[in-house]
Order: sequence, then C-alpha cells, then structure tokens
Amino acid sequence: MRKKFDEQLKLLHKELTKMGVLCEDAIETVAKSLLSRNQTLEETMDSLNHEIKQLRRSIESLCLDIIMQQQPVAKDLRKVSSAMKMVTDLERIGEQATDMSNLILHLHEAYVFEYNQIHQMAKDTINMVTDSMDAYVQKDAEKAKRVILFDDVVDLKFKEIKKDLIHRIAQNLDQGEDALDLFMIAKYFEGMADHAVNVARWVHFSILGYSLKENGEVEGRHNI
Amino acid sequence: MKNIITVNDLCLWYGNHQALHHIHMDIPKNSVTAFIGPSGCGKSTFLKTLNRMNDLIDDVKITGEVRYNNQDIFSPSVDVNMLRKEIGMVFQKPNPFPMSIYDNVAYGPRTHGIKNKVKLDEIVEKSLKDAAIWEEVKDRLHKSAMSLSGGQQQRLCIARALAVEPKVLLMDEPTSALDPISTAKIEELVTVLKEQYTIIIVTHNMQQAARISDQTAFFLLGELVELDSTKRLFSQPKEKRTEDYITGRFG
Repeated sequence: MRKKFDEQLKLLHKELTKMGVLCEDAIETVAKSLLSRNQTLEETMDSLNHEIKQLRRSIESLCLDIIMQQQPVAKDLRKVSSAMKMVTDLERIGEQATDMSNLILHLHEAYVFEYNQIHQMAKDTINMVTDSMDAYVQKDAEKAKRVILFDDVVDLKFKEIKKDLIHRIAQNLDQGEDALDLFMIAKYFEGMADHAVNVARWVHFSILGYSLKENGEVEGRHNI
Repeated sequence: MKNIITVNDLCLWYGNHQALHHIHMDIPKNSVTAFIGPSGCGKSTFLKTLNRMNDLIDDVKITGEVRYNNQDIFSPSVDVNMLRKEIGMVFQKPNPFPMSIYDNVAYGPRTHGIKNKVKLDEIVEKSLKDAAIWEEVKDRLHKSAMSLSGGQQQRLCIARALAVEPKVLLMDEPTSALDPISTAKIEELVTVLKEQYTIIIVTHNMQQAARISDQTAFFLLGELVELDSTKRLFSQPKEKRTEDYITGRFG
C-alpha cells in the first residue's frame, strides 16, 4: 500500500544523501587546498556548488509534491519538513566553501600551509558535516546530538585562532592582510559548523519528533 | 499522449433542468482523471454520460459529442452493449451479484458468449489478480460473494468490470463506503491499473484525487470550471472558484 508515496520518500532520502555527500566533497576540497595548492580549485568548487544548488531546488520541489499529493503525517511529515529545512543549511555550506575557495586563491601559500590550527579546525568541521549526514542516513539521534554538542569545540578553536592572529598582527604588521584572510577562513569554518548543527537538529527532530537547543537541551516548540 | 475520449460542447438536460453546460474535455489514454466538486455539480452525471448510462433515465436530452476512439458514442451505429463493454463502470457501493465469487467475475464474459471452462477459469483468475484480490479469494471461489468484506466486494466488482476487457474504467466514488485500509488498497490498485486501462474516477475526497490522478477536473453547477494536471490544479489553480473549493473556503 502507498507504493508511490514510499517511492517518493525513498527518492527524497537518496537525493538528500547525495546533497550531503556533495557538501562533504566541497568542504574537503577547500580544506585540502589549505594544505597544498589545487590548480583547479575554482572550477571544482563552482561545479560542486552548482550541483548542490540544483539538488536544493529539486529536493524542495519533491517535498512540495509529496505534501500536495500524499498529505504526510507523523514521521513522514517530520521527514519531509526536516528535509526542506536541511537543504537550506546544506546549500549554505556549499556556498561558504565556495566563498572560502575564492579567498584561498589570493593567500600567501606558505603562511596558510604552515598554520596548523586552521587545519585542525577544518578537520573538526568536516567531521561535523559528515556526522550530521551519517546521523541522517543511519537514523541515529544520538549521533545528531553529539554533533550539536561538538559545536562548542569548534567555537573554542575559533576563539583561539582569533587570539593567535591578533598576536601575530601585533608582532608583525606586514602579516596583517594574510592574518585577516586566515581569520575570515576560520570564520567560514565556524559558520559551516553552525550549519552542520542545524542539519543535526533537524535530523534529530525527524527521528524523535522534538528538537534540541544548541546546548543539547530539549526544545519544546517543534513538538507534535 | 493519445486521447481515448474527447468531449466537445456537451450539454445535458433532465427535463427542463440543465445539468451540464458546454463541457469540453480530453481524456488521455492510460491516465487517471479525477472529477471533483460539491454534490450536485454534475460530475457523476458527466461520468455516466461517457458510457451512456444516462440513456436509462427518462426525459434526458443531450447535445454535443463524446468521441471514444474517435467515434461519436451517440451515433445510431453504436452498439450500447459493446460501448459499455469497452467502457466499464464501478459504483459507489459495492454491488456484487448474489452468486459465487467465480460467477460474479464470469458473468460478463458469459454474456458475451464465452462458454469454455478453461477460458473462463483463465479470465476469472486474471481479473481477480488484476484487481488485487486473487490471493484473498483463490481458495473460496465458489463461496458467495456476499460473504466478502466491503473492501473485498469492491475489488471483486472491479474484477468483474475487468473481466470483459474494457479499455476505460469509470469509477463513481469507489471508496466512499470503505474504511481507510480498503481505500488505500483500491487507490494502489488504480495506480497499477492505469498501465493497462484508462481510468476516470469521481471522488469527494480531494486528497484522493491529489494522490492518484494525473489530471483533475473541477465541476461546479454543471460547469467544468477547470481541468489541469493534478499537480498544477492543486498547487496553482487558475480559477478563484477552484482555489476556494480545494482550500475549503467555498461559498
């Protein structure tokens, strides 16, 4: 029974997973280019970003079709409404990774390649995006919760980097521009981690029917 | 897609009362068309016109034309029995004949002259399978059809309609007397049947129209207000009257 509906939900799952994989690709590509020069960074990022945007549109329209044709309720309703929210955050991750890649093209390589703290922050952010999508695929609410809580670690790293960069500028004003660019990159990672948290919160809602706040406490307003 | 039925400027009167006003409609082959609209809007009257069931009512006058496979169904050369064999019908209330499950399905083929037992067995099995009820009844084919549940009876009626190998199936609110599970089964069946048949379904349940149909026609006071792909009609109707009706803000 409701074969078409089940097929539509399966397709939604497939497309959303695909979008998640592309976002992981985007953020990994950009993070790698902080370690060694990538000659085709711009084209790679543009094409990833383009694909991500297309998926956002097709997923949104699939969700609207499902709502119109199937009138989903209970866990199906949560699945569809969460998907519509998740695609916005995933799209932002793709956009921010692309913006970041434009910045990297103008940086002094040695300065970035040797700056270990940013690499660690990149790694943490990638893990958050990957884990939030894994939580979705595996329907693992606990994993989603861990992503939400892990945001504090990334925030802390961002603050440390900020402090360190202020120090570097104070020591050598010539490094000011590079330091500021690096600060922007750190800010992008911090922003992407926030989007990963949003994705995780919607995954959590989709599985259990209630959301968690940034601090992991239960949030009441989405309860149904 | 090829149109199996084309309706041009169809008007229908019951005595002095005009029940249908200048209907134009194309029904594509192998599609599901849903008719929606409030009670008395003419959707059932229109449905019955498509296989000339209205012929059975006194004092009916019809103008305009209905072309089935490009032939005018009101033409004197048309054999009404053959027309109804091609365009079958399933009604709102399940109406099995008071006989066995087997005889219900074999009834139509027998009237059309099929006597061969092997052939009849084949038809009965295929029809019951196509109507998704074979598994439930295969061990009691010679029990009375009246012993089946409402949902089963309705699928039996669909099997009975399919037994004469129609091309088009008209369904007049086929699930309004059924519970949600039986309704879901019939809906599922409709989406499978459209591979082989063309289906036209009258429904009071707009969600049902949205779920199972490819195009939807909205009728009001005997007028076809809007006909469009189901997706478009339910997401961006052109007519305010359609919008008011489907959003429950009617009147």
